[in-house]
Amino acid sequence: MARNIIPIQSAVVKEPTFDYFTTKKDELVGWARKFSLFPYPFVTACCGMEFMSVSSTIYDTDRFGAALPRFTPRQADLMMVVGTVTHKQAPVLQRIYEQMCEPKWVMAFGACATSGGFYNNYAVLQGIDKLIPVDIYVPGCPPRPETVIDAIMQLQEQIANEHHVILKGKF
Amino acid sequence: MKIANPVRSSFEPTLVDDGRVIVNIGPSHPATHGTVQIITELDGEKVTRADVHCGYLHRGFEKECESHTWHNLMPYVDRLNYCSGLINDFAYCQAVEELLAIEITPRCRVLRTLLSEYSRIADHITCVAAGLMELGAMTAFLYLMTLRDYIYEHLADVTGARVTYSYGRIGGLARDLPEGWLKRLDEVLDEYETYIGRIHGLMDRNRIFIDRMRRVGTLTQAQAIDYGCTGPMLRSTGLARDVRKDTPYLAYADLDFEVPVGILGDNYDRYVVRMREMDESVHMIRQLVDMLQPGPINVDDPRCVLPEKQLVYSEIESLITHFKLIIDGPRVPAGDVYSSQEGANGELGFYIVSTGQGQPYRVHCRAPSFVHMGVTHLMLQGGQLADVVPTFGSINMIGGECDR
Amino acid sequence: MDANLPERLRLRLTPEAPALTVSGGMPVVMLQPAQWLDAVRTLKTEFGFDMMLDVTAVDWPGDALRFEVVLHLYSTRDLVRVRLKTRVPEAEPVIDSLVSLYGAAAFMERECHDMFGIVFRGNDDLRPILLYEGFVGHPLRKDYPKHREQPLVPYRDV
Repeated sequence: MARNIIPIQSAVVKEPTFDYFTTKKDELVGWARKFSLFPYPFVTACCGMEFMSVSSTIYDTDRFGAALPRFTPRQADLMMVVGTVTHKQAPVLQRIYEQMCEPKWVMAFGACATSGGFYNNYAVLQGIDKLIPVDIYVPGCPPRPETVIDAIMQLQEQIANEHHVILKGKF
Repeated sequence: MKIANPVRSSFEPTLVDDGRVIVNIGPSHPATHGTVQIITELDGEKVTRADVHCGYLHRGFEKECESHTWHNLMPYVDRLNYCSGLINDFAYCQAVEELLAIEITPRCRVLRTLLSEYSRIADHITCVAAGLMELGAMTAFLYLMTLRDYIYEHLADVTGARVTYSYGRIGGLARDLPEGWLKRLDEVLDEYETYIGRIHGLMDRNRIFIDRMRRVGTLTQAQAIDYGCTGPMLRSTGLARDVRKDTPYLAYADLDFEVPVGILGDNYDRYVVRMREMDESVHMIRQLVDMLQPGPINVDDPRCVLPEKQLVYSEIESLITHFKLIIDGPRVPAGDVYSSQEGANGELGFYIVSTGQGQPYRVHCRAPSFVHMGVTHLMLQGGQLADVVPTFGSINMIGGECDR
Repeated sequence: MDANLPERLRLRLTPEAPALTVSGGMPVVMLQPAQWLDAVRTLKTEFGFDMMLDVTAVDWPGDALRFEVVLHLYSTRDLVRVRLKTRVPEAEPVIDSLVSLYGAAAFMERECHDMFGIVFRGNDDLRPILLYEGFVGHPLRKDYPKHREQPLVPYRDV
């Protein structure tokens, strides 16, 4: 009795030669995006002190291309939520996240942005990931500047290895 | 998605078409330190009305205090005025020590004074640096940040942390100074002279700086007193009121220092008052280093001070004392007290109520930044929109302290 | 502090009371809510307490008069502080506002109203200052559970 074997096919029919181009395209776009991060520093609290230190001469995020802050979300691609986000501030955070254009990444800088920190009460949002998706969490209260730089480097690795969509859905 | 509005403005757009617009500044704005919303009504570039909304960093400090022991509050208290964390620690410890009727040791007194002044320098550096950066002076900002980093690393040598220290303890301090700390202190103070000299050279007689700061954000002395302003805000109007001089605490009565005052109460005066206060702090630190004598830093009082680790591991009484202090907290006698110190922004007061338990019944922080937010609208009204930035920077509103 | 000050204050404000307690160098005056505004006006005009430091409250849920309102004043001339206390009941937590005497009272009374629900008669701007529009309840009351959050933005599903 002849068996009818249904072949398994991938959703996108791949051409090996075209694959080479998409991989190279992803690497190029990834390289460009990771070394030209425009942070939007959503600074609220004590972590802001370490944010100022990490942007300054001794620790310098400018070496990574991530120092120049854009104080409008329309021009930024990395939102660094620095410090505690309270329930009063949550609508503001939501609105600013929605105003950023793709591609965008979010860094939860400090214990309070990650999980509410040690403020477990009526006023504090217990982690910004309850509202917006976060790409990298930086622990510390406040984190040392070296921790922040490590986080930026890990985020850059993430960006470099991502699949960068140029046209919607394709390429 | 419809997003709720957390505040309600005190004025609405008028129906008359007189060209006035309402512009919202903040809360996520670099000039307002990320936590203050100023709803301004503009006539061209002139601010006719301003409605200041704070509270975006209200973290429930006073409610948290009621569910932790007296010792456990130290990290919470640190994060009030996070630019000068040690002053908050020591102000809180002073209030609890008053209720416990404890006298701290001489070495602890001198060390607390020294570290308070050191923290004050860090706070004023941050305020001046942020203010200058907002005006566009990036170089001055970077110089001051470098200097502030030296101070942070140096404080990390003794306390273990750069920004939020949790170093004060009820009855003393967490640990004593390490070897070589005082030598490094001399080096940092020399670096201070160099860097601040550069800032003076860049800013003091800079035409643009003077034009942007002189006669901008003026506050009269009567307004300052009426609205409860203290600290550099009040001193810039010409009244030399300073808790360190008026009702001395810690080692301030033994120190020789001046209280700088301004003339007009404008932004330039506040800048000068803060720069001079930093110089006075350095002068005080040098005197305090000479006054420092060896000795114990913690009071020998088992009601609040943890016993030595050696004793905890060998004696049963110390073990029980240690256990009770950690689990239940020190039993502070019932009563209430208001104790204040001169924070970097003004009179930082703690009103604490105890019912004899190991946990506080009520802790209230009298925050100078919050009080100054009450007078901000007077300073902004009548000025230009661009003046909002330096005026707000010179008030030095610290979110953690303002909103608690 | 002038050693006669507690006695002078007692005679002027609460003559029928026994000697005033002095806590940490500060005389403490216990008042009735009806005396509040007049007593503070006397302190400002006659005794020179020109700066209002702080007004706050303490919640004593077991007592008939539940809320204790505490006021601290400072004299920039005599360098002395004074504490005034009064009690208001839970059913009608109303007390006179001090905005007519001190500009600082505006924000501080708003905070006290936010946290405890005490109404300051005469202060017509009692909008939430530390909390937000839509927050129900007064958090610093002892019967408000610490963990009860009232989020403004719905959480996303993860």
